[in-house]
Amino acid sequence: MSNSVEIPVEKWSGRVREVTLGATAEQGGTRSHTVTVGGETTLPFLHFEGSIPYPPVVAVEIRSRRPKDWSPLLFEAWGDVMDDPAAWAKAAEQAGADLILLTLDLQDTPDDARGALRQVLDATGLPLLVFGPGQADKDNELLVAVADEGKGERLVLGVCEDKNYRTIVAAALANNHLVNSRTPMDVNLAKQLIILIHDMGMPLDRVLMDPSTGALGYGIEYGYSVMERLRIAALQGDSMTQQPMLVTPGEEAWKIKEAKVGDGVPEAWGDWRQRAIHWETLTAVTLIESGAAIVILRHPESVLRVKRTIRALMQQSEQELLPA
Amino acid sequence: MALTGLQIYKLLPQTNCKECGFPTCLAFAMKLAAKQAELAACPYVSDEAKAQLESAAAPPIRLVTVSNNGAKVEVGNETVLFRHEKTFYHPPGLFVRVRDSQPLDEVRRIAEAVATYAVEYVGIDLALDGMAVECESGRPEIFQECVAAVSETTHKPMILIGNEPASLEAGLAAASRSPRARPLLYAADTGNWQDMAALAKNARVPLAVRSQDGLDELAQLVERIKGVGVEDLVLDPGPRDFAGSLIRMTQIRRLALKRNFRTLGFPMITFPGQGVEHPDDEAILASQHIVKYGSFIVLDHFSPAMAYPLLVLRQNIYTDPQKPIQVQPGLYEINDPTADAPLMVTTNFSITYFSVANEIDGSGIPGWLLVADAEGMSVLTAWAAGKFDATTIAKAVKTTGVADKINHRKLIIPGHVAVLSGELEDELPGWEILVGPREAVDLPGFLKLMREV
Repeated sequence: MSNSVEIPVEKWSGRVREVTLGATAEQGGTRSHTVTVGGETTLPFLHFEGSIPYPPVVAVEIRSRRPKDWSPLLFEAWGDVMDDPAAWAKAAEQAGADLILLTLDLQDTPDDARGALRQVLDATGLPLLVFGPGQADKDNELLVAVADEGKGERLVLGVCEDKNYRTIVAAALANNHLVNSRTPMDVNLAKQLIILIHDMGMPLDRVLMDPSTGALGYGIEYGYSVMERLRIAALQGDSMTQQPMLVTPGEEAWKIKEAKVGDGVPEAWGDWRQRAIHWETLTAVTLIESGAAIVILRHPESVLRVKRTIRALMQQSEQELLPA
Repeated sequence: MALTGLQIYKLLPQTNCKECGFPTCLAFAMKLAAKQAELAACPYVSDEAKAQLESAAAPPIRLVTVSNNGAKVEVGNETVLFRHEKTFYHPPGLFVRVRDSQPLDEVRRIAEAVATYAVEYVGIDLALDGMAVECESGRPEIFQECVAAVSETTHKPMILIGNEPASLEAGLAAASRSPRARPLLYAADTGNWQDMAALAKNARVPLAVRSQDGLDELAQLVERIKGVGVEDLVLDPGPRDFAGSLIRMTQIRRLALKRNFRTLGFPMITFPGQGVEHPDDEAILASQHIVKYGSFIVLDHFSPAMAYPLLVLRQNIYTDPQKPIQVQPGLYEINDPTADAPLMVTTNFSITYFSVANEIDGSGIPGWLLVADAEGMSVLTAWAAGKFDATTIAKAVKTTGVADKINHRKLIIPGHVAVLSGELEDELPGWEILVGPREAVDLPGFLKLMREV
């Protein structure tokens, strides 16, 4: 009668690489502390069969200039700090951010970008990511300036894409920064770009992998499955898939109608603010459960909820769940 | 898990009597394995072998159905741990819980709201699946009244929750007044399982099983209950919290699929509202249970703002990865366009199409929407894969004959593929290519601006 149930445990051979963001004064930077992600030897949060040394972390996106096209809910949540990157960074840190993403603007000059970075570095001790406005020439121009201004800080520079990565990787190499490698929801494309970046001499402990995602309802299942496949490949020992993953659920969720718009939508969509925050948090947590190490969010209430969820997921479970 | 021909052969009489119509037992076994023959064709197979073969042919996770006059929820019968390995087949039922300690008016109001809730997503109507009614009073007559109130309000399936068989029996009597009612009873435990099993068996309804003490006890309980003839079971995995439920539910799914462990090869029920520190997080834990192996998800709250994203997530995760949902390529007319209405182009990925079409529709501005055959990919993905380029778009313009329907030669392309402008002007001589917004949500503003210019 008392045959005990033998719990199946996967024996994985691979491990996600550890990547450390930011540098303290002893390490050549000015950050109050560093943040390490990766290192897992099992699938997300299966504590009983492997080690999960670091929790996933939340980055909050701020802008060098007040964004024009964000949802009114985000303007309402952040208020006046959106005019001032330093104040915004402080508010984001207070909201619980582990990291700050500073996104530069198309109108920024290289000097503007340096200035914005300097202000944010002075305002917060958190490690930073800095992304260009998303136009290749402009990204290169601004990120080269930023890489120099923040020399030694181990910033994450982005976004590297297959059509534009060389200048960004070179700037990161020259100034001791990291890079974010972004590809459109495909396992092989994700691997290829990591290989190309690595071939330029970038050590793999300075590369994050951004396999892209869609928001809930707008293609999340593609991003979700690509991330599950990448994580399984990493655990099976495929070296070029072993980078910690970064995704941008905040940006994706807040550009779609369900989150962005409150008027003229079906009644069945319910309360706008609640719906929008559910949209961002469900997108983020679904991706965290498929292997994201860094999620970039926009709304402070989402930061609170996602952080609370990460804490709950990291709680080691009761002894009885461990295999005998 | 299916047996091989050789495994089946070992269970057959091995007399080569040919009465089954095949020359040898081995040939018959091979046909059985290929599902091209029926075991009944063998007159001499032992009862023991028959039982083994039948159980091997059964799905590793049993299909369990709950139903009511209006609808049914069918769950289980899953075959993979990860949706990319094949697909997930039977989406979890989403139920909302009420308690018999609540005023009946409130219970009716919630049941009504859940029953009538419907929301459209990419042309699909999404709805919640039913009500869970819990006996908190400990009094059968009160519970019965509450179940009756729900049952009179909605024809959706029900879950009856309680510890005492007498209360559940009273609730079942009320629920059974509705035709085709087949509620799920929750739950049998070490204390009450005999009475609960008898109740489920007599009423022929599925029964949930729970244990306070881990998988060993759960497995023992399941075996006991199966032993008295109740087959349609549902498991309560035990832990309620994020990490604990994820781990336990993964273990049960793996046991069923990878070890073919029949004892735990049943769908699972979860209560996300009981596993969170803050009520705002119920939706998040429910989303984990949608993604990771829940089959009956009992919510403690209902609001449209929470139901809509959960229903969309369920739809997304249970979409077959091999078959992206597509719409027919072609020319779509929105708001009765005339010859001077603007012409826009997008891809035939259904999410893309509906995002764009809904925005044009909502703007009130008449327009022509040209849907190119991009093999069901979104704009950016299709562009990256070379499936949404100047040639594809030019081909769509030509094959649909849109030029005969409009009196201008202006084509609006998605902002994400602005780089195609030049090439498109080469492919479509005489056409002017306009770059629209990157995101569908910005289309109404763009169209209004165009109109004013």
